Amino acid sequence: MFDIAWLWGLLGGLLIGSAAALYLLVNGRIMGASGIVGGLVDGSGRDNWMEALSFLGGLILVPALIAWVFGGAETHLTGNWAVIIISGLLVGLGTRLANGCTSGHGVCGISRLSLRSIVATVFYILAGGLVMVMARHVLGWV
Amino acid sequence: MKQNLFSALAGAIFGIGLLISGMTDTTRVQGWLDVFGEWDPTLAFVLGGALIPMAIAWRIAARRRTALLGRTIPLQPGGTTTDAPLVIGSTLFGAGWALSGLCPGPALASLGWGGTGGLVFLIAMLAGMVAAPAARTRLDRLAAAP
Repeated sequence: MFDIAWLWGLLGGLLIGSAAALYLLVNGRIMGASGIVGGLVDGSGRDNWMEALSFLGGLILVPALIAWVFGGAETHLTGNWAVIIISGLLVGLGTRLANGCTSGHGVCGISRLSLRSIVATVFYILAGGLVMVMARHVLGWV
Repeated sequence: MKQNLFSALAGAIFGIGLLISGMTDTTRVQGWLDVFGEWDPTLAFVLGGALIPMAIAWRIAARRRTALLGRTIPLQPGGTTTDAPLVIGSTLFGAGWALSGLCPGPALASLGWGGTGGLVFLIAMLAGMVAAPAARTRLDRLAAAP
């Protein structure tokens, strides 16, 4: 039945969308996490590195502060190092090849009905579902 | 200066949204992807909620065309074709996303409490990003081959 987590999800989602709207209408930029980090890492975002770093500062420090004050935040990340490393490599490589992740394609792209973003989102959710079911129910990795 | 200030503000609101929505908790994300387990629909509420302000923002952007701080709003971001890197990249990303339950935004937002595992994930993700331009060149060369 109704789960309070859904309401928190909706509220959090509204905040995520508001942040993306602010970034678009004030800064004139697309709020894609992989694009902002990736641009710093491979040098393609060199022109706006201070802006990107400021974004990352807010993104890392403010939730950390809130989690520290209120407590109880948990990632429940697997303790399997091989899985963590392979997962990180795939996420980094994949999001940069596709030019976007859940925030860039999922939130900013779908909301302007971009065909590329819809295709990307369908593929990462399908691949994610398939790998999840395989890894958990067939192979028993995660 | 203003740019950096508003950028930090956007990052902060994004991070708070990720935290309270439960998206920094990998069990929620993996619960959404695991359709044969105890399926967790929270992610659909998060995405649905996020699309509302952003859909309004795009409508405003189409009329204004210029952002408040003076930049031209990118109304047609990224490429225009659904090419091989888009499909291959998204598939690889989805596979990695499922294995840990982390994508780039939540991986960054949870660094403060994610422990060594979260940090190792981030370093691996950055390494994957460094490798991406070379992988793209390979893919383009393959696509161009007769």
